[in-house]
Amino acid sequence: MSEVDTTDTPAEASEPRVELRHGVPVTESHGQEVLHPARGEYVGLVERLRSEGYWVAVDLCGVDHLTNPGRRGLPAGVEPERFEVVVNLLDHRNRRRTRIRLQVPEDDAVVPSLFEVHPGLEASERETHDLLGIVFSGHPDLSRILLPDDWVGHPLRKDESVGRIPVQFKDPTASGGARP
Amino acid sequence: MSQVVDPTTVDDADAVVDLSVLDEARTRLATDDAVLRLSATEAEERSGYQPPTDEGLGERMIMNMGPQHPSTHGVLRLVLELDGEEITRSRPVVGYLHTGMEKTAEQLTYLQGPTNVTRMDYAAPLFNELVFSMATEQLLGVEVPERAQWIRTLMCEVNRISSHMLFMATNGMDLGAVGMMLYGWREREELLRFLEQVTGLRMNHNYIRPGGVAADLPDGWEDELDRVLSVLPERLEEFDTLMTGQPIWRDRLQGVGVITAEEAISLGATGPILRSTGYAWDLRRDLPYLCYDQLDFDVIVGTHGDSFDRYSIRLAEIRESIRIVRQCMDKMPPGDYRIQDKKVTPPPRARIDESMEALIHHFKIFTEGFKVPEGEVYVAVENPRGELGCYLVSDGSSHPVRMHIRAPSFVNLQTLPHLMQGSLIADTVAIVSSVDPIMGDVDR
Repeated sequence: MSEVDTTDTPAEASEPRVELRHGVPVTESHGQEVLHPARGEYVGLVERLRSEGYWVAVDLCGVDHLTNPGRRGLPAGVEPERFEVVVNLLDHRNRRRTRIRLQVPEDDAVVPSLFEVHPGLEASERETHDLLGIVFSGHPDLSRILLPDDWVGHPLRKDESVGRIPVQFKDPTASGGARP
Repeated sequence: MSQVVDPTTVDDADAVVDLSVLDEARTRLATDDAVLRLSATEAEERSGYQPPTDEGLGERMIMNMGPQHPSTHGVLRLVLELDGEEITRSRPVVGYLHTGMEKTAEQLTYLQGPTNVTRMDYAAPLFNELVFSMATEQLLGVEVPERAQWIRTLMCEVNRISSHMLFMATNGMDLGAVGMMLYGWREREELLRFLEQVTGLRMNHNYIRPGGVAADLPDGWEDELDRVLSVLPERLEEFDTLMTGQPIWRDRLQGVGVITAEEAISLGATGPILRSTGYAWDLRRDLPYLCYDQLDFDVIVGTHGDSFDRYSIRLAEIRESIRIVRQCMDKMPPGDYRIQDKKVTPPPRARIDESMEALIHHFKIFTEGFKVPEGEVYVAVENPRGELGCYLVSDGSSHPVRMHIRAPSFVNLQTLPHLMQGSLIADTVAIVSSVDPIMGDVDR
């Protein structure tokens, strides 16, 4: 890092020096290691971690931070975006976990798929696509998984209403059917 | 049959998973063409006879099994591609029970959260509450009193037994041992009665909450639990007589739905599926939480990775859980069953009559909820089906920004096409049953 003087950074901002691990910025959240790769480094990082012992991709999910602007504990140099893809990895031998938080911009919500690295993430990526509308490029079959094929919208997005939809028990022809 | 293997001891030949073997398994999974890549709608439209293709594929039949099928454990739909009696490709279709519980969680306060998550895996509801509460507590930075930890451990193990009893019942029925349905249910009822005595409800307890548990163990809990635990071992012997040693039972399960440790790891499978391959991985022992580091128990593993091993692991895990519950009873310390932090814990009922402050705290906690500092955390516990995780994001308000549950049933379902490839249609039910998916957990 260059020796930039920190006079113009706000007082409450965290230390501008960024710690790197596996070549990407790393932070700690409640004692858990969190890695913040750029989109270009993402797949390579997961593959490298896998060869270093993180064999199991436990979980992948997405977060919509539309209502939660701000730094969210991100290290300096990592710009917060609306969406985040979070991958939890597990190392059996050393009994440790790590987590990857990938920033995904709203206007280009495309993330390379990890299917080639961890086939077990197929369903999780489909779920994240289904509920948040993030596209995983290179995924073998990015169809909806929890919602019906003809559903419009991605319900876990913050701008999607909670949807107190009339239940169609009595009259299915009544207004406000099951589709938003 | 069962043996204990430690994956950390690299010299242990059977248990060692090498990266090159793992790579091989990954390639095999990618190329074995076990997954039928059809969307739910396409599968419906194309169901029926499939003429031979130009690529040399013979006549096939696409059949939709479920979602209304007694042995799909709820509403699992399987799309099967058949070559005669043999399954060539398949795919589970899920979502029929999706009610947007993760979205609902964003509308609820942290105190209301357990009422929501407890309805996910309805066979093991206490684990859902536990993982959500542990995640919340970690964000809050609070430590739960010792007695609360022990109560949680005890209740979860009782719940594990009842969940495995449910498996015994349904697995038996799926395979034609209809009597087993009654026995498994009968034993489960005994355990649910104990859970009811403690929590007030047979299921969906909302008992484990951020900060501790909802109520202390009631008077006489030890006698009741002791009674239940003393009848179980002989009942388990009956299970052995009825099923484990029976040639029909063995023929139906042995060598059916085989998976290797490397495949299970690559597919993210956890719990009895992973352990059936001989790979000892149990979060209770390997990444201990609650009081498991102070308890003496074995991690049960199989050898063949087949349906029979998955059955016998669960049976043996019931015995281990009985051991754990017994130890919890002996070691149960006195003390508080929830933390005495006025911002998190509602005041005792009696205090509300005397103290204006207590009334205010009570009111604020139940209307606004308590605020949780900004941050994000992932917490995982070993549920009867594998790793149950909760990823919780807070923005500093009283409602989570995101609450994601890593459902073991959901991830484990991905093994189905690989387990079923090349097996007979009659084995489908045996394999689905051995994976033991709970659809509430899958669909959330």
